[in-house]
Amino acid sequence: MAVNRNFRTCPSTGLVYHEPAEKLIRWNAVAGVVSLLVGGILALLVTLTRWPAVKLLPPDWFYLVLTAHGLDMLVFWIIFFEIAVLYFAASTLLKCRLATPKVAWVAFWLMIVGALMNNVAVFKGDSSVMFTSYVPMGAHPLFYLGLILFAVGALVACFVFFGTLVVGKAEKTYNGSIPLVTFGAVTAAIIAVFTIAAGAIILIPTFLWSVGLVSHIDSLMYRTVWWAFGHSSQQINVAAHVSVWYAIAAIVFGAKPMSEKVSRGAFVLYILFLQLASAHHLLADPGLTSNWKIFNTSYAMYLAVLASMVHGLTVPGAIEVAQREKGFNKGLFEWLRKAPWGNPSFSGMFMSLVGFGFLGGISGVMMGTEQLNLIIHNTIYVPGHFHATVVVGTTLAFMALTYFLIPTLFRRELMFPGMAKWQTYVYGLGMMGFSVFMMGAGTLGVPRRHWDMAFSGAALPHEFPGTAYLMMGLMAVSGILAVVGGAMYLLITVGSVFLGKKIQTPDFKRVPVREGMAPPPVPVAAVPAGHGKIGMGGFVAPGTFVLAMVFLTSFILYYFVNWKYLSTVWPLK
Amino acid sequence: MSAIQSPTERIWWKQPLDRVEGTWIVIAFVWCLVMFFMMPYWHIYGKQNLSNEAYRSTPEAFLAKAQAMVDKYTVRTVTEQNIPVVHPVPGSDVYLVARLWQFWPVLELEEGQTYRLHIMSTDWLHGFSLQPENINIQIHPGYEHVVTLTPTREGTYSLICNEYCGINHHTMASKLYVVKPKKG
Repeated sequence: MAVNRNFRTCPSTGLVYHEPAEKLIRWNAVAGVVSLLVGGILALLVTLTRWPAVKLLPPDWFYLVLTAHGLDMLVFWIIFFEIAVLYFAASTLLKCRLATPKVAWVAFWLMIVGALMNNVAVFKGDSSVMFTSYVPMGAHPLFYLGLILFAVGALVACFVFFGTLVVGKAEKTYNGSIPLVTFGAVTAAIIAVFTIAAGAIILIPTFLWSVGLVSHIDSLMYRTVWWAFGHSSQQINVAAHVSVWYAIAAIVFGAKPMSEKVSRGAFVLYILFLQLASAHHLLADPGLTSNWKIFNTSYAMYLAVLASMVHGLTVPGAIEVAQREKGFNKGLFEWLRKAPWGNPSFSGMFMSLVGFGFLGGISGVMMGTEQLNLIIHNTIYVPGHFHATVVVGTTLAFMALTYFLIPTLFRRELMFPGMAKWQTYVYGLGMMGFSVFMMGAGTLGVPRRHWDMAFSGAALPHEFPGTAYLMMGLMAVSGILAVVGGAMYLLITVGSVFLGKKIQTPDFKRVPVREGMAPPPVPVAAVPAGHGKIGMGGFVAPGTFVLAMVFLTSFILYYFVNWKYLSTVWPLK
Repeated sequence: MSAIQSPTERIWWKQPLDRVEGTWIVIAFVWCLVMFFMMPYWHIYGKQNLSNEAYRSTPEAFLAKAQAMVDKYTVRTVTEQNIPVVHPVPGSDVYLVARLWQFWPVLELEEGQTYRLHIMSTDWLHGFSLQPENINIQIHPGYEHVVTLTPTREGTYSLICNEYCGINHHTMASKLYVVKPKKG
């Protein structure tokens, strides 16, 4: 069987697309966007129900819709899009043919069948068990089976990605090391393998339990192993969206990493330490020791937090260096003022970076502290935190990347470019407000996954203070703003992909292995030099450093304010 | 060259660190260590630490212990369902059952006194959320968690379940009364 070796080069970006890879990237991205559409409609229903003044749905529908929203967004939208990013980072960035496209299609259809099966189980109404499906509350067997099929498909796709790296190396399509963005994608894929293995270890027995073949699943064991799947899957997102940040910095500014070893070293820290964070969810559980909790919740010694703080500096730092080298070298912030704020790829990526760090990162570390978790656990603060990480962080970064992919990958002109300029702001600011107000309500004790904060029908109801109701109202208004931003994104992407004006580019042609080889490397200085005469005070990126110090100051203040608050609650031991 | 291309320098790991990166890594790492050591520090000097004491139990055994306490210390009942309110002796073992969809019984504790509170679920996962203090603990079936706690201020507190436990999750709420210690 002949190997498809048809490639095309995008004239405007110079990127090289392998014919089967292009099709797979497109289909995976489209499947992701369809999941986002479904999840987005459900998001609106959830928001309108948690808005105390509206309370749209009855409780059975609310819990059903909330379950489906979590799965469609957190699992299906994000992982489909991530598979597209993995194929892009391997095949396109290495100018390499995708290994085994047929197997990649099998993976894709497994994921589709799994996603549909899971959604059917939820919408049938007997599987409103939330995204986490904690035992002993049980769902329909198809619920677990759908997730298992989806996970197997994603695992196969990861191995297609690894296979593509092997092909690139063997056919010498690149020289030296793989690009940083591909390195980040490798990080995401390695974490994905760990994640999916953990998922299999817990979901397969749970599936057998749901059909009656296993008699008992321990609730603490379930939570411990499930979170090795549930939290680690968020770590795939972190590795993936940090790679997307680097990619957008490279695409928009031609930015190169400040130093390869720091950025790559930070990714290696992710591989080594990020997965320990499943302990974040178990800090308020009985039966685990404090030693276990402290070691794991802190990723050994916050080494994965260190990695994120490094990326948080090196991504804007790389942009600053690139801008200063272009001549925007005045003062601390000329590079930032003169950045292309009207380009949604940049504005989306930059808001993703800031929101992920300031809102998601700080809140995550705070509530991941063993004792501080006591005043946060299972309040609506928790979804406040993860909407800042996974929505402002990951989803917004993926949206930003989409604006770049539509012309080069789908070969269509962007529809509604004026709306696209605003979309990232509407969505980003809406989502940031949504997160902040949820956190505010959470510190007042409002529970997550709860139909009625007024406890209607309860014999001994609790009365929340008026500020808690105000927070929930503001949350809902911001949520609606974010839904509007999401609808703008869907309108622009779906419109462009299906109805946008076609861009005429040279078509695919066969490239034999010999012609596809990378040119021999140009000899360069044995020891690379630094960045030359830019920046101030010996700092090449002083503006970024100042921003980093602002970040650190807010971090320290917020962290100790919460200790102070903890010290006022009832003593317990 | 850029982050989406292979590094031009084959030996990129020899590029000297920029000062801005080196400085930031040191600062960030020091902060990471501070945060790490805050947790053991609070175990030694802080007053709010979640107990590590837990036992495996069964619904029958746990309910029996709770019933014995209720028989001994009930002072009155509340609501139409006649949920007993118990006023146990300070320092004693207190039992709180979480089940679909109620906490049982209602506790009345004395301000400034310390109690060994045993919490367990007899069916699904539940949440112990004490409001407005905002102390939140996970409740498992089969794990009897013993938390030593000291109410510091008198008043009427609420207990709400904050782990989703099915259709009537929002009705799972109760009270916890803290009263001044009795004289003599």
